[in-house]
Amino acid sequence: MNKTIKVGMADLNIAKSPGVLVTLGLGSCVGIALYDTETQIAGLAHIMLPSNKLIDNNQNPAKFADTATELLINLMIEKGAIRKNLVAKIAGGAQMFSFKNHNNSLLNIGERNVLATKEVLKELNIPLLAEDTGGNFGRTIEVYPRTGMLIVKTINHGIKEI
Amino acid sequence: MNFHIDNLNSFHLDVLKEIANIGAGNAATALSIMVNRPIGMNVPKLKIIYFNEVEDILGGADIPVTGIYLEFNGDIKGTIMFVLDEHSTLNFLTLIFGREDLEINKDLDDMEISALKEVGNILTGSFLTSLSQMTGLTINYSIPAIAMDMAGAILSVPLIEFGQQGDRALFIETNFLGDEKQVRGHLFLIPSIESYTTILQALGVA
Repeated sequence: MNKTIKVGMADLNIAKSPGVLVTLGLGSCVGIALYDTETQIAGLAHIMLPSNKLIDNNQNPAKFADTATELLINLMIEKGAIRKNLVAKIAGGAQMFSFKNHNNSLLNIGERNVLATKEVLKELNIPLLAEDTGGNFGRTIEVYPRTGMLIVKTINHGIKEI
Repeated sequence: MNFHIDNLNSFHLDVLKEIANIGAGNAATALSIMVNRPIGMNVPKLKIIYFNEVEDILGGADIPVTGIYLEFNGDIKGTIMFVLDEHSTLNFLTLIFGREDLEINKDLDDMEISALKEVGNILTGSFLTSLSQMTGLTINYSIPAIAMDMAGAILSVPLIEFGQQGDRALFIETNFLGDEKQVRGHLFLIPSIESYTTILQALGVA
């Protein structure tokens, strides 16, 4: 029986196989999954915003793409994961609502979250193996540390594996 | 005063609760005129929660909900979102159309979606009008956008806006009742940081 570890919004956690990491209802947020199949350790972050650099109130590193990824790597290495083995898969970054003419930059926050996440992974030399991002629908994802399999579930857009 | 959710005192909360109360009362009246039958309401609750408690609000981050979302600007700026769970969505449609045969898993047609948008428009509009009347501030608002999807995904939209200010969100829970069909709605009023200060100042409590 797999043990499920839930990751909330602006939250992160790590798991070793047979544990499974799950985060529910990603909208504009992005789920960043990192894993090392050799040690079968994975980490998952549910980030809300691109970077903590522009925000005054930033005590929670799990909320931002940059600080969450760095923290995730540190926690995984502490647990025994090997830095050079780390690879990534990401999902989310949707735009849930669309307005005809708007000037609110927050509406394309999903897209900005995805771009920022890719930037961070590139800077940290972590290969991005797969992604399921964009669109206008929510996603629930599961990450399996043994294989790095990432399952994406949606309400009207089926289930897929990336 | 530099506004922040974490340093709202109980007096500020009482003032915001009173705005919610009057706003919800006006919303219930407007709704009652729309469906041509009495609509009751409970006293709205003001809630402040941490983001990772979000799933407790609607019973799960992956359950389907309806979100009706619009932007406002003028003397204050921000966004407002009205969220209904699936059951309440159907109860609402039953109230509007007087039909009992709506099914949970049926995709809604254009007519129903447009009715929900109109309901969202009336409710949020009543709230903003009350706020405008109480504060004397000018508030204009956009046409609503609607989405039906996972609670977490829908709520992430207002929560991300709170996310720039801290790790907690402030929102109002309202219950409307009509003909024993209960409709539980959550209203997220998200003024920008500067706008909170403007509101509290306009009310003389900053």
